[in-house]
Amino acid sequence: MNGETTMLLALAIPVLTAVLIGLLGRWPNMREAVTLVGAGMLFLCVASLTPGVLAGERPELLFIEFFPGLKLSFLLEPLGMIFALVASFLWIINSIYSIGYMRGNQEQKQTRFYICFAVALASTMGIALAGNMLTLFVFYEALTLSTYPLVVHKESEAARAGGRTYLGILLTTSIAFLLLAVVWTWSATGTLDFRAGGILAGEMHGPMVGVLLALYMFGIGKAALLPFHRWLPAAMVAPTPVSALLHAVAVVKAGVFSVVKVVVYIFGLEFMQAEPSTDWLLYMAGASILIASMVALRQDNLKRRLAYSTVSQLSYVTMATAILAPLSMVGAALHIAAHAFGKITLFFAAGSIYTAAHKTKVSELNGIGWRMPWTMGAFAVGSLSMIGVPPTIGFVSKWYMLQGAFSTGQMFAVAVIFVSTLLNAAYFLPVVYAAFFRKPAVGEDSPEHGEAPWPVVLALTLTAAGTIVLFFLPALPLGLAKGLMGL
Amino acid sequence: MLAVHLPVFQVLLPLLAAPVSMLLPGSRVSWVFSTLVSWGCFALSVLLLQQVLQEGSISYAIGGWAAPWGIEYRVDTINAFVLLIVSGISSLVLTGAQASIEREVAKNRIDLLYTCWLLALAGLLGIAITGDAFNVFVFLEISALSSYALIALGSGRRALTASFRYLVVGTIGATFIVIGIGLIYMATGTLNMADMGARLPAVAESRTVIAAFAFLIVGIALKMALFPLHFWLPDAYSYAPSPVAAFLAGTATKVAVYLLLRFSFTIFGGDFAFGAMALERVLMPLALLGIFIASLVAIFQMDVKRLLAYSSIAQIGYMVLGISLVSVTGLTAGILHLFNHALIKSALFMVMACVFYRMGATRLDDFAGLGRRMPWTMAAFVAGGLSLIGIPLTVGFVSKWYLVVAVLERGWWPLAVFILFTSLLAVVYVWRVVEVAYLRPAAEGAGRCEAPLSILLPTWVLIMANFYFGIDSSLTVGVASRAAAALLGIGL
Repeated sequence: MNGETTMLLALAIPVLTAVLIGLLGRWPNMREAVTLVGAGMLFLCVASLTPGVLAGERPELLFIEFFPGLKLSFLLEPLGMIFALVASFLWIINSIYSIGYMRGNQEQKQTRFYICFAVALASTMGIALAGNMLTLFVFYEALTLSTYPLVVHKESEAARAGGRTYLGILLTTSIAFLLLAVVWTWSATGTLDFRAGGILAGEMHGPMVGVLLALYMFGIGKAALLPFHRWLPAAMVAPTPVSALLHAVAVVKAGVFSVVKVVVYIFGLEFMQAEPSTDWLLYMAGASILIASMVALRQDNLKRRLAYSTVSQLSYVTMATAILAPLSMVGAALHIAAHAFGKITLFFAAGSIYTAAHKTKVSELNGIGWRMPWTMGAFAVGSLSMIGVPPTIGFVSKWYMLQGAFSTGQMFAVAVIFVSTLLNAAYFLPVVYAAFFRKPAVGEDSPEHGEAPWPVVLALTLTAAGTIVLFFLPALPLGLAKGLMGL
Repeated sequence: MLAVHLPVFQVLLPLLAAPVSMLLPGSRVSWVFSTLVSWGCFALSVLLLQQVLQEGSISYAIGGWAAPWGIEYRVDTINAFVLLIVSGISSLVLTGAQASIEREVAKNRIDLLYTCWLLALAGLLGIAITGDAFNVFVFLEISALSSYALIALGSGRRALTASFRYLVVGTIGATFIVIGIGLIYMATGTLNMADMGARLPAVAESRTVIAAFAFLIVGIALKMALFPLHFWLPDAYSYAPSPVAAFLAGTATKVAVYLLLRFSFTIFGGDFAFGAMALERVLMPLALLGIFIASLVAIFQMDVKRLLAYSSIAQIGYMVLGISLVSVTGLTAGILHLFNHALIKSALFMVMACVFYRMGATRLDDFAGLGRRMPWTMAAFVAGGLSLIGIPLTVGFVSKWYLVVAVLERGWWPLAVFILFTSLLAVVYVWRVVEVAYLRPAAEGAGRCEAPLSILLPTWVLIMANFYFGIDSSLTVGVASRAAAALLGIGL
């Protein structure tokens, strides 16, 4: 099977999975088997593309012409490969987790849940494999819409309000800014292809470049650059598997993925370096990291704390991109994978606590570590990866970012990474400490509970193991990340 | 041999069929008959468009009397396209109309409805096809009078006042138009459009011509419900029987937009209308205000049909905005949106027909829990709503894309920002309905009550058309850009 056919399969499998889930909705066991099989097949499909991409192949698919000169097209390159691998692999684990979580909490409308999940994954694949900016935009919007039913899953007043913020911010930014940027690029250059070295050089210069960059960066609301980050905490009303895979991996990574794509393939590093009007991005992203971390410090709701941590971690990728050094780009690409594994572990743990103990607040977690050792152990590993401590993959990505920052003399970026590491430690370590070393408050009449259902525990153990394994064997993501920069 | 007479059959067929349908026994038979006639018109318009695209404009002399003395039917790219839209929408809507007409219209008046429908169709097709200015007025009256009757057939007595109001406004509009045509006749001594176009430049300076231009533009603006002359539209659309609203929303205002194009570009000429008279300076602010205010008003409507009606006014603004850019891309965007919006709004009004069929009303509160009770209907609403917002892969996105490209071509980026921001207002009014339908529980004991397949199927055909032409826009964009170039007198 050649690369093109496999790519087509990677796009088709999640869609077919969604259709099958819909047809088998009446039989939960069948339905969930289909989800698992679909996820497994998707991963195999994506994985089989990897050797080719590492060897320098760039399979391409062309579909119908949207507008004269603008096709719906797909092109696989290393960054998309990383994103597709991470998303499809974690979909398998997340499906195991979902089954445990959704059944454990007796959630309603599970068929709709699994269908939307599969459609969201299909959109994610579309983003990862997009061959031009318009194709990316199409799937970007599809991802927003397909995740909306998941955010409002509980259909409560809170869910409705959260859904409004979610859709409001993501659609506003994408239609008002991103679409404008895309059309602007199209009218300025006559192309929207992703080309090495960018397409804007020579077509545009001066302060307008900075404005266009702003339209792109704020338009990609999924990257949650301040002040357009509010949708992410709002999305936390969703069931935890949604927060875990979509709002720690697929959706937010689609955001930073698009950021890297735009900087590398639309603007081009050299062009950005030559245009001083684009410097603001570094400072904006740096500020975003620090402010979001400080907000996270003050959150008592565990999922909200994780959400603000995500906002801050996403801006790491944006900042690493804005450093514009090849090494920091490698760091940015790696961080997409690193943060995915770490953060999904943390969300899995939060959901596990909710399922077993029905607790959602940090202040209620005293002593819970001994009742749920696997969960809190995984949480500790995930936290270390967020902080960037070896032996976790979070350390590797930070290492490359710092190298890039030093190589270009960006002391601001170095300082931001240093301070934010301290902040990360300050809002994660107390949770771990309280869970293992504080005694439960006296007189607390919480019912006895042990670990969450086994699929939940299995899933979070796997992802926690993943963060450690990737530290020791980073060859694959590193190879792909270096392929992005041609190193 | 017959192919030569295609243009005249396009109008004759529905015109002659209208009284026949009145004579047929039983409402079901007249429905089948009118639907077949409408599809026949559609087939003719497809043939005409094909012929025009292959061989260029067609000129047909009625009764063999050569223009400019006789009446000429003249088909070029733009009106072949309009004919296709009008007959296509009419056919699809009529196919699904039977069940809801039986429910919404008094039994003894149903025959009347089909007759009026065919007359309105004949009128609208006639306006589009004719090359004679006075003939435009004649067909305008045929279509208008029959649409007053169509609206008055709506259930509830408010349909009568809505219809009467439309009658008064429509008559004023028609009068303005006929005065305008009369004044041009005075100045040029001809009624043939092409002939007028040739003779007008010589007398363009005269006050008569300027007055004619003013009368015509105001009259047409009334007919197409350009802000602030839109006040008749919300009542007319919300109290008419739902299929009638779907038909008129997709066709009547679109034909008026076509008239604006025809009169300002072919007859008066772009140089006069947009050079000397600076029409764009009037149209553009009105379009912008219309888009903004009507979208805002739509957000606060408590009746969904009314909401859609206000959204129509806003969408007319987008079309006029495209036209007022007076560039090939701008006109392309305007003409494209004419087609695309016809698809969007007819589909959405058909959804209203489905809802009305089951709930007997289309108030926002009636939508509570419909996501579960009428899953296919509401899925159609969501899909149509996405197209209205302009999400990629729908026709709405294609229109928006071209409009923004056209505006940026001029370098007017604040306008681009405005267009995109106002499309967010559409998100608000569409999502209000979606939220109620899916997230507000239905009343106790309300079960599943999907609309009958006979309405649902044509609705979904329209919805699928929204996606088909949103993904493969080569036909619509190709035709629209050719028409735009022809109107501006630029050869492609």
